[in-house]
Amino acid sequence: MKINSVKIISLLFFVLSTFYLYTAHQIQVFSFDENAPFNAKTFPIYLGYAGMFFSGLKLVLPDQKPVEVDAKYLEFKKTILLVLAVIFYGITILKVGFFLSTSLFLVFSYYFLGERRWKLILIFSFPFVAIFMYLLHSVLQVYLRDPLLKYIGIMG
Amino acid sequence: MIEGILIGIKTALSFQNLLMVMIGCFAGTIIGMLPGLGPMTAIALMIPITYGFDPATGLILMAGVYYGAVFGGSTSSILINAPGVPGTVATSFDGYPMAQQGKAGKALAIAAYSSFAGGTIAAIFLLIAAPSLSKVSLSFRSPDYFGLMILGLTAVAAFSSKGNFLKAMMMCVFGLMLASVGQDTLSDIPRFTFNTMNLSDGISFVLVVMATFAMSEALTIILKGNDPTKAAKQISLTELGSIKLNTDETKKMAKTIPRSSILGFIVGVLPGAGATIASFLAYGMERNFVDEEEKQKFGKGSVQGLSAPETANNAACSGAFVPLLTLGIPGSGTTAVMLGALLGFGIQPGPRLYETNPEIFWSVIMSMYIGMVVLLILNLPLIPYIARILAVPRTFLIPMILFFSVTGIYLMSFNNFDIFLMIGIAVVATILRLYDFPMPPLILAFVLGGLMEENLRRSLLISDGSWTFLWDRPLTLCIMITIFLIVVWQIYNSYLKKKKTL
Repeated sequence: MKINSVKIISLLFFVLSTFYLYTAHQIQVFSFDENAPFNAKTFPIYLGYAGMFFSGLKLVLPDQKPVEVDAKYLEFKKTILLVLAVIFYGITILKVGFFLSTSLFLVFSYYFLGERRWKLILIFSFPFVAIFMYLLHSVLQVYLRDPLLKYIGIMG
Repeated sequence: MIEGILIGIKTALSFQNLLMVMIGCFAGTIIGMLPGLGPMTAIALMIPITYGFDPATGLILMAGVYYGAVFGGSTSSILINAPGVPGTVATSFDGYPMAQQGKAGKALAIAAYSSFAGGTIAAIFLLIAAPSLSKVSLSFRSPDYFGLMILGLTAVAAFSSKGNFLKAMMMCVFGLMLASVGQDTLSDIPRFTFNTMNLSDGISFVLVVMATFAMSEALTIILKGNDPTKAAKQISLTELGSIKLNTDETKKMAKTIPRSSILGFIVGVLPGAGATIASFLAYGMERNFVDEEEKQKFGKGSVQGLSAPETANNAACSGAFVPLLTLGIPGSGTTAVMLGALLGFGIQPGPRLYETNPEIFWSVIMSMYIGMVVLLILNLPLIPYIARILAVPRTFLIPMILFFSVTGIYLMSFNNFDIFLMIGIAVVATILRLYDFPMPPLILAFVLGGLMEENLRRSLLISDGSWTFLWDRPLTLCIMITIFLIVVWQIYNSYLKKKKTL
């Protein structure tokens, strides 16, 4: 028997709903609220049951329109590497600072996705981020913490 | 009402707000043109910017983006037969054949004039309907609101998910689950925070919208290896032709526009229906209204076949604001994003918005009209040039979307946790999208989650824990019966299909 991916997702959602329901029951409420008609765990408990109900139905009932996704044509490697790049960008944005981490992320992403025109790559990274930061500071009055620029003495 | 309209005009016509409408329409047109990147992505990318403005200006910018994106979607439907948004699919039926006949300029002009007329007529209806409905909805109580919210979610799941009702309902529950993370609003008891301080304030609305739309959209494009801008590179300025319409074409449009506007507005007001259903219904209705000779032209470049869906989808966009502004309950994914943004500004839309924040209520309505004018006079002559801008390769487009998503979240919280959470939700959303799990119900549920719980809490406390509040009032009973019928009909439909396939 072939199990399609939608059923697997539905099964995972069923498990998630069960876990959610279990966690909802574990929510600590005040003792005077324990038998109240509504407390902090009432709504989550109903949600847990609703999730189990709908995912259960999806598991049992046939698919009206089975979704066929041919994994051969999906670019998993590229997507995963790009996600990793975003994660790395997220890690460095606080430590290295907005300007350098964003510019390097953009340079890497452009190159990684196949762009080879270095002139354009460089224009749409370092100067672009500098203009963006300037607009944030001067127009929207949003201050971006940047340890590197502060160290160099560009930002206060 | 006159006083309110004047306040609205004054607010909407201030230099800053006028500039925002123009920027919004322009940015919305560009983003909306890209196949796959619809109004929700466009608005999602704008939200972090709007938090720097006052609520009226922020909402005006988003309304501009909304209209611009719908108009942009029509442009890509006509020029490259790739609708940017589902609401403009029907536009391509006659718009693309016209473009192929060398009348792309004319098709764009018909779309622009029809959108303008449809939006204008609907804005007038909104002007009349919203204050009246606001007054009526003051009599609504918590059980009615709770019922209306469930109706909204059920209707969006039933009508906007193309036969994927159960998938859409799962997404609704998932959205509500995400909304329940964080401290309980009344007792401050932490829920689903797993002892992490980062989750004690709950998950940010902007984070969820960015993750499920902007970021997952970018990841989906990479995963599927699509290049949404490829077809746009083939557009030549010389191929567009004249944008002038002759008398016969104008006469045909004059007949189509009023009926399509009325239909579009009514469909737009209904929860879940929106621009897509409005445009298809208008197309079908128009086909029945025209004579036999014109009927033969449908699908081959008919003026009325193009004008009807374009009028209806813009009228529906205005109609969708009625439940948002009067009840505080969005009827579509896009208006849900707007509700989330309004809540972020500390404003609760609903019947009292009309009294407490008249400048927001009226300026949004007035800015819609100004948005229409801007689209007509600014975008129409510029369309050939805007279409060329779209030839920007995906090697630049995708990193820019990712950059704006990450920056948007970083600017709001200045911590890494939110960025990682956004990436996690975006990856899950990308997988779900791949298997046709719709995202708008998730957003709608996420936005309504807190309000739903609050209204359920009040209803249960008033009725002392009894669920009889669901049928005590005739209005609540009617709403519950409608919900029941929708759910049973959708599930029964699935079961019937099973029997047929056996």
